[in-house]
Amino acid sequence: MLNNLEVGLYVFMLATFVGLEVIRKVSPLLHTPLMSLTNAISAISVVGAILITGREGASDLSKILGFIAITAAVTNIVSGFLITDRMLKMFKRREVKK
Amino acid sequence: MGYIYILSAALFILSLKWMNHPPTARRGVFAGEIGMLLAVVGTLVGGHIVNWTWVMAAVTLGSAIGVPIAYIMPMTAVPQRTAMSHACGALAAALVGTAEFYAGQHEPGRLTAMMMVPLILETLLGYLTFTGSLMAMGKLQEVLPSRPITYKNQNVINAVLFAIAVALGVRLIMVPTDTLLFPIFAGLALLFGVLLIIPIGGADMPTVIALLNSYAGLSACAMGFALDNNLLIVAGALDGSSGLILSIIMCKAMNRSFTNVLFGAFGQVQAAKATGEQRNYRSASAEEAASILEAAQSVIIVPGYGLAVAQAQHKIRELYDNLTRRGIDVKFAIHPVAGRMPGHMNVLLAEADIPYDKLIEMDEINGEFPQCDVALVIGANDVTNPAARTDKSSPIYGMPILDVDKAHTVMVIKRSMSPGFAGIDNDLYYMDKTLMLFGDAKAFVSEIVKELPAKAAA
Repeated sequence: MLNNLEVGLYVFMLATFVGLEVIRKVSPLLHTPLMSLTNAISAISVVGAILITGREGASDLSKILGFIAITAAVTNIVSGFLITDRMLKMFKRREVKK
Repeated sequence: MGYIYILSAALFILSLKWMNHPPTARRGVFAGEIGMLLAVVGTLVGGHIVNWTWVMAAVTLGSAIGVPIAYIMPMTAVPQRTAMSHACGALAAALVGTAEFYAGQHEPGRLTAMMMVPLILETLLGYLTFTGSLMAMGKLQEVLPSRPITYKNQNVINAVLFAIAVALGVRLIMVPTDTLLFPIFAGLALLFGVLLIIPIGGADMPTVIALLNSYAGLSACAMGFALDNNLLIVAGALDGSSGLILSIIMCKAMNRSFTNVLFGAFGQVQAAKATGEQRNYRSASAEEAASILEAAQSVIIVPGYGLAVAQAQHKIRELYDNLTRRGIDVKFAIHPVAGRMPGHMNVLLAEADIPYDKLIEMDEINGEFPQCDVALVIGANDVTNPAARTDKSSPIYGMPILDVDKAHTVMVIKRSMSPGFAGIDNDLYYMDKTLMLFGDAKAFVSEIVKELPAKAAA
């Protein structure tokens, strides 16, 4: 059986290759929205922050640090997704008549 | 809970895949949102949460800050916002690592080397990306000088600092109970982040922002290893590889290496050279510029950072409309590093409703310059400098440029003759076919537009 670290490293390796392949194809036109999208996705660290703040027996220090971490990550998630969508709405083709 | 995380990871990958092309991109954002929602709800429901007040208060506060940021932020401030969100993401990762470290002190045997290695990486990357991104944000907002700040032995001092931080990190991995060492370690990481970014100049910001993006992702990824959570590893790795690819693209577009961007403060050596002999150039008025544009059949507009500073994108749209109505073919040539972050110009021009199929990448448009009647350069400088092709002694020699000098007529809107960021004189300005249009980009373009309709009526 694989231990957790080995599983983790496999996941990391595969995800990196998938990431490299998928992102290489993104048109340069969309590099800015791409960056704000990946930014929102990397705010997945909110999961870790919630776990550490919310678990039973968390110390006050954990709660305070976790509170700031959740706030920062949720700010990223919310503003990241919304602003990406706002940007993408602006990309129009010519057919759209003025 | 584990199954929900797998679904959410799949949605993140789909989200990036749909991001490849403009027509499916918004679907990509939607997939990402659902993935994130699943992950958060899954964690709240299945994560044995007891301190609900703390968690919900933080989620509410974060949303209350995030929504106004997303809607109020003007598109010209997108680079700053991106730097700020790198800072937020990195801070979150670093704080979680810190909390985990102190919480682990109460459970003997929890902080094994397998736990400490990713934890130290997470906090190191997290803290240095946090301050580094704040510096980048300061430079982009021009609170801090965007010129490189350098001092003697800079690289040596940085290297020594970094080595100490790494050494402390290794010591912490071996002796995780040394709680006094941790704040020093964190402090050094924070300081190193500042020192790493201050010598980097404004024109290198696209690369640096992409690199910080990658660091923020990797730090989330390290958190995944520390917390034994594969979803964090996947999302972090996606972000890390995205940042990496973008910074490689940016480096290639400037013909420079990573190390050169990070350690070779640009624009210092050349500053002296720029004060050379006076050379002759021709300047023209808005009226003349308008009549040249009117007589043209094809026009290529080359936007640069000056356009963003002057917020001229809507005026350019008026010019675009006006010329297109006369049957003139208007295209935009986008250099990969134009502006202050990857894709900056595309977003600004899209904001002004310019159709994205008119925004052409460098490699595609370069072949069209020789057939083009007028190339109108607005606020771009180094990316049009023919010295990059011809002059081996030039600091930007070898950098891929837009072949603006091959157009029949070149017009350059610029505030003055002062050299650009890199401090290099641009030979383009002294060519016989080049007309310099002095003024603020926005004001000048609107003057040209004003001159145009009068002629149409006649």
